[in-house]
Amino acid sequence: MSSIGTGYDLSASQFSPDGRVFQVEYAQKAVENSGTAIAIRGKDGVVFGVEKLVTSKLYEKGANKRIFNVDRHVGMAVAGLLADARQVVEVARDEASSYRSSYGNPIPLKYLAERVSMYMHAHTLYSMARPFGSSVMIGTYDVDGPQLFLLEPSGISYGYFGCAIGKAQQNGKTEIEKIKMKDMSIRDLVKEVAKIIYLVHDEVKDKTFELELSWVGEQTEGRHELVPPEVFSDAEKYAKEAMEESDGSDDDEL
Amino acid sequence: MAVEFDGGVVIAADSRTSAGTYIPNRVTDKLTKVTDNIYCCRSGSSADTQAIADIVNYHINFHRMEMGEDPLVKTAAKVFQDLCYNYRDSLSAGIICAGWDRKLGGQVYSIPLGGMCIRQPVTIGGSGSTYLYGHVDATFKENMTKEECLKFCKDAVSLAIMRDGSSGGVIRMAAISEDGVEKHLILHEDITKFYRE
Repeated sequence: MSSIGTGYDLSASQFSPDGRVFQVEYAQKAVENSGTAIAIRGKDGVVFGVEKLVTSKLYEKGANKRIFNVDRHVGMAVAGLLADARQVVEVARDEASSYRSSYGNPIPLKYLAERVSMYMHAHTLYSMARPFGSSVMIGTYDVDGPQLFLLEPSGISYGYFGCAIGKAQQNGKTEIEKIKMKDMSIRDLVKEVAKIIYLVHDEVKDKTFELELSWVGEQTEGRHELVPPEVFSDAEKYAKEAMEESDGSDDDEL
Repeated sequence: MAVEFDGGVVIAADSRTSAGTYIPNRVTDKLTKVTDNIYCCRSGSSADTQAIADIVNYHINFHRMEMGEDPLVKTAAKVFQDLCYNYRDSLSAGIICAGWDRKLGGQVYSIPLGGMCIRQPVTIGGSGSTYLYGHVDATFKENMTKEECLKFCKDAVSLAIMRDGSSGGVIRMAAISEDGVEKHLILHEDITKFYRE
């Protein structure tokens, strides 16, 4: 890497001569080491999916969850250093609850994204701090329709129709681009999300993983929640069948 | 007082400001603008309610700039409530916050003395309101048109002006809807008379 040994990568508050902030780039690398997380915005809601890598058999099932409730109407899926991400979750929860108590209404997602990304950006400005080693996706559904934002360690935040972060973010994005998400309901999208997580999972490098699925949309009455067990097993079944089919077709080609 | 109708609200008030037995202003406008489509009816201490309205106006306009869209009526009502509740021991302010927004349409929120905030289809406040409870209970109907609401408000405020010593002058009314504010002025000689001369 061009940054190593140059001395410009020791502080988050120093530029390199060609105008880069290496600490921020390292933080982005930290995100790329974690299990994949994707989110897709459909016509009636947003679906989150996480490939939670299980690094030890000794963990209890469901430990270290990576999908969070920020407020009743806002969900967040994270990738990167989990401890860093948890702090972002807490900041987002504080923002949401403070907005509610000041203005009596649920926080608009655009504003929440702005506030949380400002907080993440502040950590790229000072030599005492390091940037967050995590990216987060936040989504909601209200009368204006579904919304989805991705916040990155640099403090950038954009609205998306679909995004993927973590190990397989490139593959994930390519797969999401194949979907016509604008015409799809979250009931159908949840299956596609499960399928993509299974598809981008690398069986060789990472042995086991747990699938996490959540949604927020019209049918959850604007509440963000983990998908119900029957929807989850349907989606998982659909994903596994799709995997077997693609394995079969691979054999044909050989 | 304030009444909701389908697509907006009607707010109304008399125009008397008293300082003991003296009337410093007999044509006061107690319908105070917060934003283009949110107004409040002030009752209690003029000094207190004017100060509160100014502060809420500041907060709400700041909020509008930060959010990039028009604030909701509920948001304005919540800001009124925060001030009225936190300073309830030092304030004498009964406020009705009413207006129109694109999410919930016409809304009326009552913030009486202790700093409670409650949405109501119709609400009355101020000294004259004690004379009106029976009339309002008997006369108010759900789903009135804008014109029916204006008539209802005019009659009610007229009754208050006739019976209450601290109410008087003219009747100021406004209908707030998506299209903006439509103001009405009823001169004292035109107020509804419920008695034989």
